[in-house]
Amino acid sequence: MSLLTIDNIHSYYGHIHALKGISLEVNQGEIVCLIGSNGAGKSTALRTISGLMHPKVGRIVFDGNDISKMDAHEIVASGMVHVPEGRGIFPTLTVKENLEMGAFTLTDRHVIEERMEHGFSLFPRLKERIDQFGGTLSGGEQQMLAIARGLMLDPKLLMLDEPSMGLAPILVELIFDIVRKLNEQGTTILLVEQNALMALSIAHRGYVLQTGEITISDSAEKLRNDKAVQKAYLGMS
Amino acid sequence: MKQFLRYLNVKELVRPIGQMLAFSLGSAAVMSAIILVLALVLDKTAVGTALVNKLNVSLFSYTLSNLPQVVIDGLTIGFVYAAIALGYTMVYGVLQFINFAHSEIFAVGAFVGVEVLIFLQTLGVLSGASVFMAYAYLSLAILLAMLAAGGLAVTVEKIAYRPLRNAPRLVPLTAAIGVSFLLQDLIRLVEGLTTGQFNRIIPTFGNFDDRITGKMTLGATKLFIGISVKSIIVIVAAVLMLVALNYLVNATKVGKAIRAVSQDMRTASLMGINVNRIISITFLVGGLLGGAAGLLYALKFTRIDPFIGFFPGIKAFTAAVLGGIGNMTGALLGGIILGLLETFAGSYLGVFTMGAAGSEYKDIFAFSILILVLIFRPQGLMGKNVGQKA
Repeated sequence: MSLLTIDNIHSYYGHIHALKGISLEVNQGEIVCLIGSNGAGKSTALRTISGLMHPKVGRIVFDGNDISKMDAHEIVASGMVHVPEGRGIFPTLTVKENLEMGAFTLTDRHVIEERMEHGFSLFPRLKERIDQFGGTLSGGEQQMLAIARGLMLDPKLLMLDEPSMGLAPILVELIFDIVRKLNEQGTTILLVEQNALMALSIAHRGYVLQTGEITISDSAEKLRNDKAVQKAYLGMS
Repeated sequence: MKQFLRYLNVKELVRPIGQMLAFSLGSAAVMSAIILVLALVLDKTAVGTALVNKLNVSLFSYTLSNLPQVVIDGLTIGFVYAAIALGYTMVYGVLQFINFAHSEIFAVGAFVGVEVLIFLQTLGVLSGASVFMAYAYLSLAILLAMLAAGGLAVTVEKIAYRPLRNAPRLVPLTAAIGVSFLLQDLIRLVEGLTTGQFNRIIPTFGNFDDRITGKMTLGATKLFIGISVKSIIVIVAAVLMLVALNYLVNATKVGKAIRAVSQDMRTASLMGINVNRIISITFLVGGLLGGAAGLLYALKFTRIDPFIGFFPGIKAFTAAVLGGIGNMTGALLGGIILGLLETFAGSYLGVFTMGAAGSEYKDIFAFSILILVLIFRPQGLMGKNVGQKA
């Protein structure tokens, strides 16, 4: 069943035509990854889906509702969470307050506490840092916090933008393990990554984005074995 | 009630009071020490001799005997500056722009409050009102002043600043200066059409003009302390508002959202926070504080005119920069320092310069401070950056 359907969207930064008619689909229970080089429009696609930007043309349907004209804060309430590029940790809010912000649209204190505990069980390091300012955490800890904060809403769709950026290889492994575990527990995931090899190793399907257009879409396995993809994005020759 | 008490964050009620006490006593002590040392040094010079000839009192004991009064007056005006400065600093925190129209929000608060009291006076309820009723009327006037100023601040943001949200930073700044002039003239126009005069005087009623006086002897020097009831009202009202504001920002959900928006607007919206609403709330809160400060200012200085906002506004802005713009604790500290500094200068400048420069030059100090801060500590006394790691 399709959870997210994007139909021919065009997005602009001023006069720059950043997305030139993208269509993609994310089904319930999948991990879908969006790969491509710098400036291909991967982050723009996520921003357009989550409502930070609005498409000039095209339709975005999430969970049966057209969300293309909705603002980011309205879309969040419908069960889609976007963990932005660079993590977007609030530097002078504590770890706990950052997590509370993730649960901003919730009112039930018990649910909030429960989900916070769930976040701590995934990332015990965060519990040790609970009263520390977000800005004082290491890059890896900030990424953990960003994901834990995204999970506070128990989203139907979790969109992660470059979760591996700037992290040591061991932390990248840890983050991807968690992503896979979340997916096994039922969260649908749309992943944007420059680290294409890593992304394709956990994803079910993938799309390749090139200068604002989708050039290839296939199962992750086929993409891994595609000669052109290997050459351009997997560092093989 | 039990439920309520459980979620009441007592720490956030006590902490700001501690801060205010520490800031007030600390700044007062530092400035008192400086002025007393200066007095001791100048005592044996021509300045001291001139004073002995004129008033038959040594410069040191003159300075000392006036000190308590100067400190109290300085704190009174300092808290008013702090309440206005918080309006500048909160808006700056969220939008990184100086709302130069805030001084007119303050002026509108003063005018609405004073007009309410004048109206009550024409109804004849003010004269002969019991002390209790006098306070009730004053509270009503403060409340209406706050609502008017808060509503106006929200409206100004919606009409003049929101459409310019993504414009270069100079554009909304220029718009704010324009709004400031516009509001000044609107006050003039409305006052001119309705009352035919621009200068309004707050009615005298209640026991606000009474003075509580005391005397202390310190060695050979007699210290005189007098504090008018209205100064006490100004201080108490300002302290209450600042405590409430601190609680709102640090211990409530809305407050956390305000802080989140001020740190990262885009991510805040990804949390489900309606950024426009939070910005409106920020303007509302700043306007409420500014409006109350306006009427408190009018109460203290009695006469108001449409340009009354200019100097308190620019000084509160200085206080916000001094403390570190965007930092709320800084605005409090900056307001207290500026109020004290200005009152110290106003009270002692005449004597210390043998009458060459009187209290009319006191503003030099406020603005010298602004320039010095901008040169040597542009981030302000309490401004700091907790950097976000990539």
